[in-house]
Amino acid sequence: MLMNLFTSFMGWLDKRLPVTDAWNKHLAQYPAPKNFNFWYFFGSLAMLVLVNQIVTGIWLTMSYEPSNAGAFASIEYIMRDVDFGWLLRYMHSTGASAFFIVVYLHMMRGLMYGSYQKPRELLWIFGMLIFLVLMAEAFMGYLLPWGNMSYWGAQVIISLFGAIPIIGDDLTLWIRGDYVISGATLNRFFALHVIALPLVLVVLVFLHILALHEVGSNNPEGNEIKKPKGSVKPEELSKFTFHKQYSEKYDIVDAVPFHPYYSVKDIMGVVGFLILFCWVMFFAPEGGGYFMEAPNFEPANGLKTPEHIAPVWYFGPYYTILRIVPDKLLGAIAMFGAIVMLFLLPWFDRGIVKSVRYRSKLHLFNLIQFSICFVVLGALGTLPATPVYNMIGIVASFGYFGFFIGLWFYSKNEKCKPVPERITD
Amino acid sequence: MKRLLIALFTVIPALAFASSGGVHLDAANNDLTDKESLKRGFDSYVNYCLGCHELQYQRYNRTFEDLGIDIEEGSAKYLLNGQKPGEHIKNAMPAKEAAKWFGSAPPDLTLIARLKPGPDYIYTYLRSFYVDSARPFGVNNTVFKDVGMPHVLQTLQGVRTLDEDGHLTPATGGTMTAEEYDVFARDLANFFEYVGEPNKLERESLGYWVIGFLCILFIISYLLKKEYWRDVH
Repeated sequence: MLMNLFTSFMGWLDKRLPVTDAWNKHLAQYPAPKNFNFWYFFGSLAMLVLVNQIVTGIWLTMSYEPSNAGAFASIEYIMRDVDFGWLLRYMHSTGASAFFIVVYLHMMRGLMYGSYQKPRELLWIFGMLIFLVLMAEAFMGYLLPWGNMSYWGAQVIISLFGAIPIIGDDLTLWIRGDYVISGATLNRFFALHVIALPLVLVVLVFLHILALHEVGSNNPEGNEIKKPKGSVKPEELSKFTFHKQYSEKYDIVDAVPFHPYYSVKDIMGVVGFLILFCWVMFFAPEGGGYFMEAPNFEPANGLKTPEHIAPVWYFGPYYTILRIVPDKLLGAIAMFGAIVMLFLLPWFDRGIVKSVRYRSKLHLFNLIQFSICFVVLGALGTLPATPVYNMIGIVASFGYFGFFIGLWFYSKNEKCKPVPERITD
Repeated sequence: MKRLLIALFTVIPALAFASSGGVHLDAANNDLTDKESLKRGFDSYVNYCLGCHELQYQRYNRTFEDLGIDIEEGSAKYLLNGQKPGEHIKNAMPAKEAAKWFGSAPPDLTLIARLKPGPDYIYTYLRSFYVDSARPFGVNNTVFKDVGMPHVLQTLQGVRTLDEDGHLTPATGGTMTAEEYDVFARDLANFFEYVGEPNKLERESLGYWVIGFLCILFIISYLLKKEYWRDVH
């Protein structure tokens, strides 16, 4: 009885909106390679954290007061007087750091298995745009508690725009809405943090997934599960049913429908992730002073600079690149350049073979040195600038940029192993 | 790939611990579950600190409730005429005037244990005042150089001086023995840790339940995944 009602309701709905078709196309009949490993959890985890940030953010907004006089006190009001306000706030603050952890690992996956290579360049570009917007979102969110590190961190970053010749000073004034960071800045950052950027973020995530489903998922082997129509013997085709958009154009091998196979697998990933997430959130929400910095437990004070202004850890790599260049403008250019390099990665890599499994030893070495340099740059960003640290920072920056430059040179005629036609594991 | 992972996971912690240092702090060994210690700490705070330092984000009734102080008794003992138990813990000191008197206004102490490196800092700070005639109030502090605050607990602790090697001499002339004063400082440090985050104990006890639940759920989700994937492998 209930089932009949549901079926007839879905029939009514499907005549008016392709609900079942979309469900099949993107979940129940979406062909996903059967060999996704550990590294493939981070896409769905990023989505989980995004939802967490939006939902806890909505509830925090209900009690937060975006004003010079009230912001800091309203956070403590949330921590003390709002029922489970402390939980909401820690979910949001831990979520911010978790977002960058999963996104960095998600990007690392892309680097390892060549998921940015043709035909997935646009997919990668959307991903990079998400990364960029996420950084802006995190930066603006960090001002909202109106602690002293919020204030001075924002001061340092906004002043970067002042390094731009001619328009610099006017531009910083325009961004701040005042001659110093003030309530006006706080209000506009609040507006951007809770409305503008989340909207852009959600649209970009939507496009990222749409682009993914158009070109299909890569896999750790770096080969294609969609073969030309008619090239595969019928008994070798995947035994599952896939949406006609995929199966009419291609012969699909070694694939499983995303739902239920990867949905149940991702649930496992989600629970595993939540164990780590909750461990930090319940037992170390300050993340050892990296997720919440100590100077942020006193209100913003334009007359009292914290001893050591450090951006939150996730900006570390880029902050270090900025800082090691003595000239402010050149430093800012180097920092933005470091992100531009990532955008251009699909064109720096002139190779055909995608996965590091079948690429040269040189490429493996390049990837490892890049990861180490990235982590070192990140760590240096949270430490004070001493001559020794600066030297290490310069070396690590060469490693960062060298990854891309080196890749461009050796990828043209790289000696790779033959890539298997099929997924065997 | 394994090597890459190993490299990553060895470098990260090594660097994370590279950044610590500063003055040596004595361990407070305070205990947030010790309600008697918290009550004594609150009492000392009201008697010795509240005159200058507010707890402007914390309410009286919340404090009474968390510390196990009866609201009637607590109100009679700690509230001034006309104050209500739901009010924030504030004083009547005008901030602008105070800034003139002390060089800078005495800071709010609600979050002091989170702003400074924890209760150990407060414990050590309260026990590290010494005579320094060069300072306006005649005292200095080994943990907080050129501190603007007078040693308001001097009648309790007595007077200490700094010898040539930079060590503090034992205190003389106080109403408390060194051991009694240590307990006094520990209780205050304990109270400030509590007031910095009143939900800390609740947070941690909830954490065990949540993580316990998630561990069971992980086993179930693993078995579910295994069951589904049987027809793929």
